[in-house]
Amino acid sequence: MHPALSVIIFSTTSGAGYGLLALLGILTPLENLPHDRIFGFAALALALGAITVGLLASMFHLGRRERAWRAFSQWRSSWLSREGVVAVATYLPAGLFGILWVFFGRVSLTAGVLAALGAVVTVCCTAMIYRSLKPVPRWHNGWVLPNYLLAALMSGALWLAAILQFFAPNPAITLLALAATALTALVKIGYWRFIDDAAPTSTAASATGLVNSGPVRLFEAPHTSQNYLLKEMGFEIARKHAAKLRRMALTLGFGLSFLLSLVALVTTGWLAVIAALLAAPLGMVGIFVERWLFFAEAKHAVTLYYGQTAV
Amino acid sequence: MTSLPEQPSPKRLGLVIDLDICVGCHACAVNCKEWNSGGVSGPLTDLMPYGAEPDGVWFNRVHTYEVGEGAEGRTVHFPRSCLHCAEPACVTVCPTGASFKRAEDGIVLIDEDLCIGCKLCSWACPYGAREFDEDVGVMKKCTLCIDRIYNETFAPEDRVPACVATCPASARHFGDLGDPDSDVSKLVVERLGYDLMPEMGYAPTNKYLPPRPRQRSAGCTGAPAAALAPAAPAPQGLLGWLDRLLSQ
Repeated sequence: MHPALSVIIFSTTSGAGYGLLALLGILTPLENLPHDRIFGFAALALALGAITVGLLASMFHLGRRERAWRAFSQWRSSWLSREGVVAVATYLPAGLFGILWVFFGRVSLTAGVLAALGAVVTVCCTAMIYRSLKPVPRWHNGWVLPNYLLAALMSGALWLAAILQFFAPNPAITLLALAATALTALVKIGYWRFIDDAAPTSTAASATGLVNSGPVRLFEAPHTSQNYLLKEMGFEIARKHAAKLRRMALTLGFGLSFLLSLVALVTTGWLAVIAALLAAPLGMVGIFVERWLFFAEAKHAVTLYYGQTAV
Repeated sequence: MTSLPEQPSPKRLGLVIDLDICVGCHACAVNCKEWNSGGVSGPLTDLMPYGAEPDGVWFNRVHTYEVGEGAEGRTVHFPRSCLHCAEPACVTVCPTGASFKRAEDGIVLIDEDLCIGCKLCSWACPYGAREFDEDVGVMKKCTLCIDRIYNETFAPEDRVPACVATCPASARHFGDLGDPDSDVSKLVVERLGYDLMPEMGYAPTNKYLPPRPRQRSAGCTGAPAAALAPAAPAPQGLLGWLDRLLSQ
């Protein structure tokens, strides 16, 4: 599948925003985070800013942006529509939670929990858009939903730990970030093992129905140059490049941000601040690279008609 | 409404494509493009049609495959278009209601005025039936020529999709696959017509007829095995003299 930058920026950036929003919405009312108004403003501005930037980026994927509002109508059948509805609905409790906290110094448990719930459901909807697509077996499996949820938790926790360095460094949150980073990396490794070993769902023989006559090879394509199907669904990445990018995501992204979080946990002062401030964007780099690979390594069934032997 | 019809009519209009007969001439694809460029889905935009890398929207594409090895090998021409599935995920994933399946005849259509061009329906279709028109910013697909098959200004025999009307080999058949007594349904039963990628669970309406088993020996046509009579001996007399004269 073609790794469209607009969609990858959307799910990584707003994923981090929703992760941060969910943590703030649940942990602040439960007295685990400072009730400082400036902290509230900084953290919620970062969360809602990231969500908004991500949602705007996703608009660039559309052919007719001016009609985007129509996407709220089909929530009964479409995960994309559900995602849109919940994403917009989440602004209500999140905004209320922020206004009450920043302007009135009141941390509302109800608004916080509703905002957190909206954040989690939105990320679930995003994951389900991919997970529900049968023609892409590397998306249509049980690893995708935990992958998306954990990546959001990891990036949200990393940013929360970084902001807290300026207000009240919190070893418990840094530990949460460490655990989430390790778990996200482990589940990603599990996903990669799964897609490398999974038996093919469909073959050129089942796509053409020419099952009894021996191997099916493309002799002549229907057209001499590229078309929409090949540009959108026919993206291919060399195995060695994919392996290099997987190593990069694991070391530079997950590994380095884990080590830096560890440094932030055991040190204090400016070293801890710098370590936490570097850990968050590096974790995002890791998620961005794995998300790019999530698209680049996914094979669509339509490629079976164009010479691919199995997906 | 992108939910599937709750009470679909038993009528399921679709195509039956005979892979034994198709000669791979691409006439179906060309006539489809011709008809639909000016029909309800038009224009089917072409980008750089006269450039080095022409690219455009087509509803029908003809692939050619080699199947089997050596003496068992054969060439199969394979036209590919929308199968108007009974369980079309391309419809249910649509966030806007632009994609829909008609309750009355099962045809899967796009309302281009509602489409936001998110491309998700093309991801949801394993058969590559949907193509994005970059110029207009919306998705387009085969309409089963609704503007032909219900067109009362046409003679009844012309009320078939453009691809069916033009096929010079009669490899394409149009009809109601929901009616077990229709000609197309009988053809499917007789020739063991099948679904593409049944494992996807989309329950396609269109059926493909497999190539017939290869004929192993030439059949008897009734003509004598030795078609030419043996050459006559050299002529004598006047004819012999003429023959020698003209041979000089």
